[in-house]
Amino acid sequence: MTAYEFIQRDRGQHPPALTPDYKTSVLRSPRLALWSLQNSLSEVTGPVFGQDELGPLDNDLILNAAKTGEPIGERTIVHGRVLDENGRPVPGTLVEVWQANAGGRYRHRNDTYLAPIDPNFGGCGRVVTDSEGRYAFRTVKPGAYPFRNHVNSWRPAHIHFSVFGSGFAQRLITQMYFEGDPLIPRDTIINTIPDPAARQRLVAPLDLRAAVPLDSLAYRFDIVLRGTRATVFENKLQG
Amino acid sequence: MTLDYLPETPSQTAGPYVHIGLIPHQAGFEMFEKPFGNVLAGPDTPGERIRIQGRVLDGLGTPCRDILLETWQANAAGRYNHPADRQDGAQDPGFRGWGRTGTDFATGLYSFETIKPGPVVGRHGHKPMAPHVNIWLVARGINIGLSTRMYFADEAALNEQDPVLRMIDPAIRRETLLARREQRDGTATYVFDIRLQGEGETVFFDV
Repeated sequence: MTAYEFIQRDRGQHPPALTPDYKTSVLRSPRLALWSLQNSLSEVTGPVFGQDELGPLDNDLILNAAKTGEPIGERTIVHGRVLDENGRPVPGTLVEVWQANAGGRYRHRNDTYLAPIDPNFGGCGRVVTDSEGRYAFRTVKPGAYPFRNHVNSWRPAHIHFSVFGSGFAQRLITQMYFEGDPLIPRDTIINTIPDPAARQRLVAPLDLRAAVPLDSLAYRFDIVLRGTRATVFENKLQG
Repeated sequence: MTLDYLPETPSQTAGPYVHIGLIPHQAGFEMFEKPFGNVLAGPDTPGERIRIQGRVLDGLGTPCRDILLETWQANAAGRYNHPADRQDGAQDPGFRGWGRTGTDFATGLYSFETIKPGPVVGRHGHKPMAPHVNIWLVARGINIGLSTRMYFADEAALNEQDPVLRMIDPAIRRETLLARREQRDGTATYVFDIRLQGEGETVFFDV
């Protein structure tokens, strides 16, 4: 096995730390430059999670917190692949998701939005990708909700994603949006990303072919993590 | 011809409700049979038992009470529990080396129960890296996860040789990565406050 390291992150694909229109970023954004660090073992390694650590319903948000019945909302499958920048699948990696319920309310002690809690919906799930980097989970489509940024700021429907990859330097958190939502172009959070093409990659298209007839709609969301370059020549990693 | 690399998926803030997805017990409910948490070391893990504790301060010096932190570290022999680590030294299958927690909604404190890692081999041709814990944090108001390292202030000789610490200029900023050792509640505790912005801003890495 040749030692590998991750390709330098292209920061142009990402939001900068300071985005004044998203007000909370003003006090929480570093002002000094990041120190560029060539990968060492500390960056190319990362935690490994086994399928056996997950429960059978962990990727089924319709059933994993159901008590008296199923949650209210549009039955929805979200699926896709985790790839790296070289186009290679990332197998066996942990994908975690969380979201509001169909009314736009999070089951969280700090969320006081007036839409009701759904007693049958937890709003979180997790799955490990298969040998081809595929993942899938089932849920109800989240609702839009207001947040305190501007007086009339609304979040489009979205699902939060957390992904690991094989090395800690690939760690990524993002949000997935749903094709056709008129709130997307008006959203402060997605607009922290300067590049319109990059924003578009967070919008999952409807995937009717993956829908279950008479049961659930489906959306497709592929995730790309940093790729590796082999260090065949000098200036190599050691480990 | 064109190069057919795929661009990385853009980052988005973890938002104020990150707890639901990653540490549901802090959001107010239990969800999974095997949740992840802030206790890294089991009863049989070799190494010195330590606690890592601190706060995350914003640009006004106010503790942030909704930060999610993850740590990644080597075992006491300096090995990572990962197939890419081919150093000599004992692997410890019972020690994953990874933990996750949130700063407390009331106090703003975070803590990890772990063992002190050993030194890790450096890049080819470089000195070994002093014992350190890699830290990644996300939250509302943080658009892309921040990466830093915690070193141990009582490892002065090894820190002096550390290829990452040595690179940081001006040298005064290296101190932002040093955790000081204290006894807290009878436990050897390394206190590590992270300053997101302003005076004493922590060194964050583009890893």
